[in-house]
Amino acid sequence: MSQSAVDVPPKGGFSFDMCKRNDMLIQKGLKAPSFLKTGTTIVGLIFQDGVILGADTRATEGPIVADKNCEKIHYMAPNIYCCGAGTAADTEAVTDMVSSQLRLHRYQTGRDSRVITALTLLKKHLFSYQGHVSAALVLGGVDITGPHLHTIYPHGSTDTLPFATMGSGSLAAMSVFEAKYKEGLTRDEGIKLVAEAICSGIFNDLGSGSNVDICVITKGNKEYLRNYMEPNPRTYVSSKGYSFTKKTEVLLTKITPLMERVEITEVGGEAMEE
Amino acid sequence: MTFTIPIENGNEVKNAEADSQRTLYPYVTGTSVVAIKYKDGILMASDMGGSYGSTLRYKNIERMKAIGKHSLLGASGEISDLQEILRYLDELILNDNMWDDGNSLGPKEVHNYLTRVMYNRRNKFNPLWNTLVLGGVKNGEKYLGMVSMIGVSFEDNHVATGFGNHLARPILRDEWREDLSFEDGVKLLEKCMRVLLYRDRSAINKLQIAKMTEEGVTVSEPYSLKTFWEFSAFTNPTVGAEGSW
Repeated sequence: MSQSAVDVPPKGGFSFDMCKRNDMLIQKGLKAPSFLKTGTTIVGLIFQDGVILGADTRATEGPIVADKNCEKIHYMAPNIYCCGAGTAADTEAVTDMVSSQLRLHRYQTGRDSRVITALTLLKKHLFSYQGHVSAALVLGGVDITGPHLHTIYPHGSTDTLPFATMGSGSLAAMSVFEAKYKEGLTRDEGIKLVAEAICSGIFNDLGSGSNVDICVITKGNKEYLRNYMEPNPRTYVSSKGYSFTKKTEVLLTKITPLMERVEITEVGGEAMEE
Repeated sequence: MTFTIPIENGNEVKNAEADSQRTLYPYVTGTSVVAIKYKDGILMASDMGGSYGSTLRYKNIERMKAIGKHSLLGASGEISDLQEILRYLDELILNDNMWDDGNSLGPKEVHNYLTRVMYNRRNKFNPLWNTLVLGGVKNGEKYLGMVSMIGVSFEDNHVATGFGNHLARPILRDEWREDLSFEDGVKLLEKCMRVLLYRDRSAINKLQIAKMTEEGVTVSEPYSLKTFWEFSAFTNPTVGAEGSW
């Protein structure tokens, strides 16, 4: 006959409790805050020794560029990286979460993580949230079974592909891949093609811009080339940046400490204790 | 006792008639058209499909037509509106020929006429649901322009409509140069059409390429592009990830 409710373990998945309240607020005229989206171009391709991932670096909040140089290639495991498009918070949170799950799994099994492990963890999570976690990912890595490249959509479906693009600039990047991809690319050819695809997204899509990030993963080795290409440098009219007029004169270089006006008293030594 | 206020019969009928006369959505549509300027004139490519929603209903529609002696029109969007535009242009060219003054309408003039027609229809909320590409050569001057269904019109060295905007434009912006030869121009257009074939669901593998030079217009016979499906990853895509696809 206790008054307290029985402790029910929280059910997984999205809690729809607030939906009625949100509907009422929208009816009353409240505008929901807009998400920080990474209107993006992310790509991946398989070359002869492994996987190359590429991403642009612009994060948009509606029509404004919120971050000119953000990082869209997330670390999952020493041999697995993941590019994320969609809502920035969602991609960060989901990749962080799966990255820690993978590390715990590595400690338990004593083996390197496999790409399909990351794939299954991500797709299970995204599916259980029925598309409300708006994360579209390009997952790539090299494990004991070879190089793998997958795309994961916000509702939880996945594709296994030799080359993939996601984000608002995906069509621009895909047109480059469809025209120029072939099997057995070397490392330099692969990097060049990925950079070309990302540049195509940067220059032809308004949601993508700034610089090109590239990550090359091969068996036993990875290279994260942050800002591999900077095709949109900040330029100044004068080469020296800003120069102050010659009329500013230096009057004094001696520093005089000002009179102390505030007395700091210790109150019995209890000030900072709990 | 309840009674209803009688509705003005005349008004209702008029409104219904007025509504059913306006184009609200397209029915039979053609997909993208891609066109470029090259050394001797204009090259334009389009496929021959007419989709009825998600069905591929017609596979033999010519969406590029010669207009007068100097112009070439390509259209994507509603096919019946394209046929209407061709009737308007027929009348325009006929009237121009009747003057018999040795002068003929060039591509700039036809483009201007089409822009006015499209914009005025849009202002009456009854658009011609097309995006038109107008190219031509007159007195050695090459011209290539585009008009959309809301009357946006401009001129450029390379244009693309529909899905071509997203898939073909990036390739054209990178690889188009002044003074392309005929073979290079055709290769560039085929590259764009191949990507569209892979990635546009309403594209079909039956296309025509039209060439417009000072001598006149030639529209090629329909042919198909070679596609490549032999990536090793396609033969067994889930070898590394059992259960996915």
